Amino acid sequence: MLRYSFQLALRGLKRNLALTVLTVAAVGVGIGTCMTVLTTLVGMSGNPIPDKSSQLFVPQIDVAGPAARRSSGGPDGAKLPSQLTYRDAVALLKAHRGVRQTAMYEVAQTVNPPGGRPFQVAGRATYADFFTMFEAPFRAGAAWGQQQDDNRENVVVLGAHLAERVFPHRNPVGSTINLNSRDYRIIGVLDTWLLIPHFYDLTGGGFADTEDFYIPFTTAIERQIPTWGGTNCTELPPPGWQGRLNSSCVWIQFWVELPSAAQVRAFRDFLQGYAAQQQQLGRFHWPAEVALHDVTDWLVYSDVVPHEVRVNSLVAIGLLVVCLVNAVGLMLAKFSGRSVELSLRRALGASRRDVYLQCIVETTIVGFLGGLLGLALTAAGLAVLRALLDLGGRDSVSGRLAYLDTQMVVITVIVAIVATMCSGLYPTYRASRIQPAWQLKVQ
Amino acid sequence: MEILPILSTLRRNKVGALLIGLQIALTLAIVCNCLSVIQQYREQMARPSGMDESNVFSVLNTWVGQPDDLKSRTAADVAALRSMPGVLDAEATNGFPLGGAALVTGISLKPDQKQPNASTTEYFVDEHGLAVYGVKLIAGRWFSAAEVKDQHMGEDESAASVVLTRSLARTLFPSGDALGQVVYVNSTSPIRVVGIVERAQSPWTGGGASPFASSVENSIFLPHQFIGSFASYLVRTRPGALETAMGAVRERLYAVTRRRVILSVSPFREIRQRAYQSQHSLSILLAVLCALLLTVTACGIVGLVLYWVAQRRRQIGMRRALGARRVDILRYFQLENLLIAGTGAALGIAIGVAGNTWLATTLILNRMSIGYLAVGAVVVLALSQVAVLWPALRAAAIPPAAAIRDL
Repeated sequence: MLRYSFQLALRGLKRNLALTVLTVAAVGVGIGTCMTVLTTLVGMSGNPIPDKSSQLFVPQIDVAGPAARRSSGGPDGAKLPSQLTYRDAVALLKAHRGVRQTAMYEVAQTVNPPGGRPFQVAGRATYADFFTMFEAPFRAGAAWGQQQDDNRENVVVLGAHLAERVFPHRNPVGSTINLNSRDYRIIGVLDTWLLIPHFYDLTGGGFADTEDFYIPFTTAIERQIPTWGGTNCTELPPPGWQGRLNSSCVWIQFWVELPSAAQVRAFRDFLQGYAAQQQQLGRFHWPAEVALHDVTDWLVYSDVVPHEVRVNSLVAIGLLVVCLVNAVGLMLAKFSGRSVELSLRRALGASRRDVYLQCIVETTIVGFLGGLLGLALTAAGLAVLRALLDLGGRDSVSGRLAYLDTQMVVITVIVAIVATMCSGLYPTYRASRIQPAWQLKVQ
Repeated sequence: MEILPILSTLRRNKVGALLIGLQIALTLAIVCNCLSVIQQYREQMARPSGMDESNVFSVLNTWVGQPDDLKSRTAADVAALRSMPGVLDAEATNGFPLGGAALVTGISLKPDQKQPNASTTEYFVDEHGLAVYGVKLIAGRWFSAAEVKDQHMGEDESAASVVLTRSLARTLFPSGDALGQVVYVNSTSPIRVVGIVERAQSPWTGGGASPFASSVENSIFLPHQFIGSFASYLVRTRPGALETAMGAVRERLYAVTRRRVILSVSPFREIRQRAYQSQHSLSILLAVLCALLLTVTACGIVGLVLYWVAQRRRQIGMRRALGARRVDILRYFQLENLLIAGTGAALGIAIGVAGNTWLATTLILNRMSIGYLAVGAVVVLALSQVAVLWPALRAAAIPPAAAIRDL
């Protein structure tokens, strides 16, 4: 039966080729445009660390106070500071309440390769737990341990990009690299690590590339390496490095791993207690507000998807809806134009269900073809976007956001078929309601 | 022309009319909102920065290692830049309009004020600043060499004098007597306003999610010699000498010392482009989407009306046989389309206004003005009239004999 319907449907599609092509084009253009724009949105809204996103937490402490937050203005005015002061970060770290925890900040150093021109690289000063917590993929060697943290050793883990640039064609583990005129021993090299969004530090934009190198936080603090990321102060910090460390400026990111709900509750209590204690010590004279976010929550809270992308997406969805409304009209025209044929089938004994099936099969074929066209248009649209915006390749964050992956391909085709079937519902219903006798009599 | 027969036909063809009306409504709502966004972005992008944009370039520089003689290094670099042929003047600074980096702080009229009167960008300049930025001094004077103090990165020396932009001067002193007044920036020591410049934009464009939207022209210049491990040199050339100077600048600086990293050498044109990148690409994308939307809607109208014409072939033939002229048939379809599109446009205006509330808050833009709705409605109605023309002409070409054929 289905096979017969399929044959009839093909015949039907061929009979009114112009209308069929128009319908497929309407669906295809709608899907293609919509998916080109949505690829970026879907890429940006993805979960960067699916298996641990509910176990990694970011604590916030209100060191700025409600008045200062209000006066900073803008839509973020009501939010707590997104980073911690050095004092608080160290205190939370020492308390060791999570399974793992790390304090960290972004740094920039110059690499002075023998025989080449010096260049600048971005890195991260962090703790040993960082690599396990965020599932950093190692290509060679391994992370440093707590001992290296405690002893402020000169060790470094290189990112894939820097490793390839300075040590082409060989394993750098065991060699040294010169950063800002100091030698660091290379103990590990990461694989290409695409993290979208760059959730563990959003201060440099949510879609930054991962770092070129990682050094122990303690070493960076001892070397007085300043932060390359954002610093927010509500009052002037005292002069000098020590002044900066003691100040109320926030510039440290802090993450803690809490695998169970009980641990989360315990940490929340601890954080509240810590803030209250700091308030009693006179550090701030407003109620000590705290917050704890897991990864998904944090990305929403930090508004990581740019507003421009949301606007684009909405307009693109609007375009898809218009295209589908269009397709409804076209299919209505097509089925009504064939009322004689459908009536004849009904008069010769086909049930209403048979006619219905035939129309549905026809609609599905249109949806599938529209999906394929949409897919081709999406690929073309993304290629145009990449060329226009001068984006990087598949192994960079900006480039990856403008590439179709398998998931998007499947989504595209499914959306196309479902959308076309939805828009085919009413025309199909109308077609199956045809009164055979009346139609035949008129003719 | 009678409207009643059209209405009675439409009543029998509700779904088709509804589909066209819905397309028109959505298209109008989206197009006028997009036009409003594009126009506001164009206005933002057309704002002058206050700099002598065609003759300025920046050099971002950092040092190898952590040298402790930053002051003499910076001085040597600036001297080298100033001595280049074609260069009018140069200096080291912490930031410049549209540059993407600088300090933002509160500025107050009283010492120890809890809520500052305004937020502002701080630019650190020396006595050369006026010539290097190319800003226009409209009142008072610029700094003298004696006023300029060293300012190390991350520390804050207090200054005794300040130059404000006109916009900030008006915000702080609405009566227009800013010159000679005292303001407080980050401390309790008074700073006297010695000059006012026409305009100097903030390093951010105020578009998108930036919280500095309201203060895009609030800037102050402080007499500080900026000394940091990372510095931007701003260089202003004689007209026409920009490309040559930019081509030679790397070698000139490497001749001073090679133990440095030159992160970028960018003409102001490029800096402006980078600053407005997101507005620019969003404008293009929205324009493309609008063009597609209008095309699809037009095609939809053509398709559906062609179908109607085919469906009513016999009735049209009958009307013709009963004496209706071709132009009557043409008019009929045009008027019918105007009725549907007009209703759709009215709905579209309602959707457009509702959508604009969300859009304006999301992109931190002004509400759409009524003009866009009017322009959008006219465009969409005209488009649908053009789209209906071909099917209507085909309808008009139906011979009266069609009334009796196929019977």
